[in-house]
Amino acid sequence: MDRTAVDAKIRELAEPFNKKGVTITEETTFANDLEFDSLTVMDFVAEIEDEFDIIISMNQQAEIENYGQLVDAVTKLQAD
Amino acid sequence: MSEGIIQPDQPEEIEGEGKDLFSKFDDIIALREGLLSSGQEDPFNLVMEKVLSPTRAICNGRDTILLGTYNYMGMTFDPDVVEAGKQALADFGSGTTGSRVLNGTYQGHKEVEQALMDFYAMDHAMVFSTGYQANLGIISTIAGKGDYIVLDIDSHASIWDGCAMGNAEVVPFKHNDIEAMEKRLKRIPEGAGKLVVLEGVYSMLGDIAPLKEMVAVAKKYGAMVLVDEAHSMGFIGENGRGVVEQAGVIDDVDFIIGTFSKSVGTVGGFCVSNHPKFEIMRLVCRPYVFTASLPPSVVATAETSIRKLMHGSNKRAHLWENSKTLHKGLKELGFQLGTEEPQSAIIAVIMPDLEKGAAMWEALIKGGLYVNLARPPATPANMTLLRCSLCAEHSEEEVGEILSIFEQAGKAVGII
Repeated sequence: MDRTAVDAKIRELAEPFNKKGVTITEETTFANDLEFDSLTVMDFVAEIEDEFDIIISMNQQAEIENYGQLVDAVTKLQAD
Repeated sequence: MSEGIIQPDQPEEIEGEGKDLFSKFDDIIALREGLLSSGQEDPFNLVMEKVLSPTRAICNGRDTILLGTYNYMGMTFDPDVVEAGKQALADFGSGTTGSRVLNGTYQGHKEVEQALMDFYAMDHAMVFSTGYQANLGIISTIAGKGDYIVLDIDSHASIWDGCAMGNAEVVPFKHNDIEAMEKRLKRIPEGAGKLVVLEGVYSMLGDIAPLKEMVAVAKKYGAMVLVDEAHSMGFIGENGRGVVEQAGVIDDVDFIIGTFSKSVGTVGGFCVSNHPKFEIMRLVCRPYVFTASLPPSVVATAETSIRKLMHGSNKRAHLWENSKTLHKGLKELGFQLGTEEPQSAIIAVIMPDLEKGAAMWEALIKGGLYVNLARPPATPANMTLLRCSLCAEHSEEEVGEILSIFEQAGKAVGII
């Protein structure tokens, strides 16, 4: 799956978690812009992991602050 | 995704003096001040002026029933336990002033480790200065770079801190969800070392893990299994060895972590294992090496207590009766509880919010009952909980009294 396809899929998965309907750009941050708390993060990560059959460890999550970084990481992980 | 660092809207910066490193705590300071400004008694600053027994103390000047101490088996005032401590204090002095691997291993440390091996019928036992350090030390040491730790999202802080201190990849799964755990194990790259970390009893809601299924799944994927049995030792399982014993999987787990600060009634932590190379831990585990060992009086009280717990079946039965009676009574009063049925000696009463929870805590303490107030972020799903932990020494009458204090407080606060 290329980056565009990964992006489209993650956007779809993010929708139910984006309670305030924030417009998601590459720079949108999960903690500040989307206001995800740790439980939301866990559920959202689990959805992505199951969809792409990958593991995004806590160590990797710590490096991901915005949406663009997430798409990059998932694109790389699912290609491996 | 990293969690946002809590910062005030306008950080106070004094020019030329650098930023106050404490400004990151402003939100929590404000939350606390807001709570206390209403005249609320501080739930996190209770002083016990006198401790009368495992179930009674004078708290903030009031005669109080203790229902939040984790003193499950009521060993703290056991005459044999107290006597053993006094004798060791007289014979070996007040402290060891040294590490277990240098001058800090006395006869008593070997004896308490032997008592643990006998209690669990395992080959190796290693005693740490606290339960927190046992998790911190074992987890951070055995799971290294390139290894994977798969753990329940509701794990205790000491488990998370053990993960953070090590270099392994950390992969959490949804609480008690066998399928979510299996999915993650399945995705771990071939050849990587795997450690599954579980708890027998989860202390926030008092629920137990489906260990029979979970341990089987972990073994299927070749993972080593560590189970924290801090909240079950002494009363769950036929010999009080914990949920692993009750579930019939004690021989399949690689490490059991436990503590002396609950059923055993003093302080300290341990790991027991049948791993043939386990003893090397004593040299490579930093939280074991770089700290002073437990005082002689503490290991003597722990040893005596552990040996008495082996024969504690009557006390165990009474503790279960207490747990069932309290659970049933609270449910009938209309309180919302953490579990449908009592699964352990912890009964969590779910509060609608922090304000009501704090008000309820205060009403209980003024009525003569101490419970733990637990609030986010230490709680699952951001719940505010009043956590009750029962003791084998609570009498039937005391449990009745506890229920009537809960009823009065719940009505006064408007929760029931």
